[in-house]
Amino acid sequence: MNGGTFRREFEVTGGDFYNAGRVSTEIKEILRQIGIAAPKIRRIAIAAYEAEMNIVMYARSGMVILQVTPEIVRLDVSDVGPGIENIELAMQEGYSTASEEMRALGFGAGMGLPNIKKNADRFEIRSEVGKGTTLEIEVNL
Amino acid sequence: MTLNEVKHILQCEVIAGEDRLNTEVRMGCGSDLMSDVLAFTKADALLLTGLANRQVIRTAEVADIRAVVLVRGKRPDAEMVALAREQGIPLMVTNVLLYEACGRLYRAGLPGCSEVPAAEGGTAG
Repeated sequence: MNGGTFRREFEVTGGDFYNAGRVSTEIKEILRQIGIAAPKIRRIAIAAYEAEMNIVMYARSGMVILQVTPEIVRLDVSDVGPGIENIELAMQEGYSTASEEMRALGFGAGMGLPNIKKNADRFEIRSEVGKGTTLEIEVNL
Repeated sequence: MTLNEVKHILQCEVIAGEDRLNTEVRMGCGSDLMSDVLAFTKADALLLTGLANRQVIRTAEVADIRAVVLVRGKRPDAEMVALAREQGIPLMVTNVLLYEACGRLYRAGLPGCSEVPAAEGGTAG
């Protein structure tokens, strides 16, 4: 790292359940190689995985940008998809619009966004119905 | 508790990770909801679940879960086994039901996720 910023972009394809989670696994491996402490990596990986699953489940396509500085790890997640009509409602534990197929995979129980928020030191969500959703997730090092 | 002990207590068949059965787990979690697993487990847990798909292995990898036991006779498909091998997550199966499997391990001394402190420091192994 040498005090600089590490940056990497990952594409996520909506509906690609076979590869769902691959980006989060890669992010985890990168953070491990950088030498970040395991409990921090775990928090970032969980947030990344929930965000990635949301893209796979709900959006057409998405992007995850990982940035690491000596102070923070940051994930910028953006998708092209239906967006979220009521963010306040979506942030409530247990609220979900998931299909039966998603629930059969063990997701869509309305814990995704709350899980992301819980694991982040800073979390921002913006959404436009019919366009997509963006998340900013930061964990302090 | 080691995975070898888990294997013995639940009479498991080992599907992947035969060479890692001396791995220690600090707590057990029984759930079919992966988001709940992500929310409530801490590092070094054992996951017992009736859900058999690749997302279970991804969840384990992401959340530092050391091994997965499929309960009530659920069989993993080839894709799940391949991912478990690729990610180095031991995967075992048992015919014991979820409640009973959790009960047997708890009785043998494996605590639940709310009963152990989160792991501190160090880098991921």
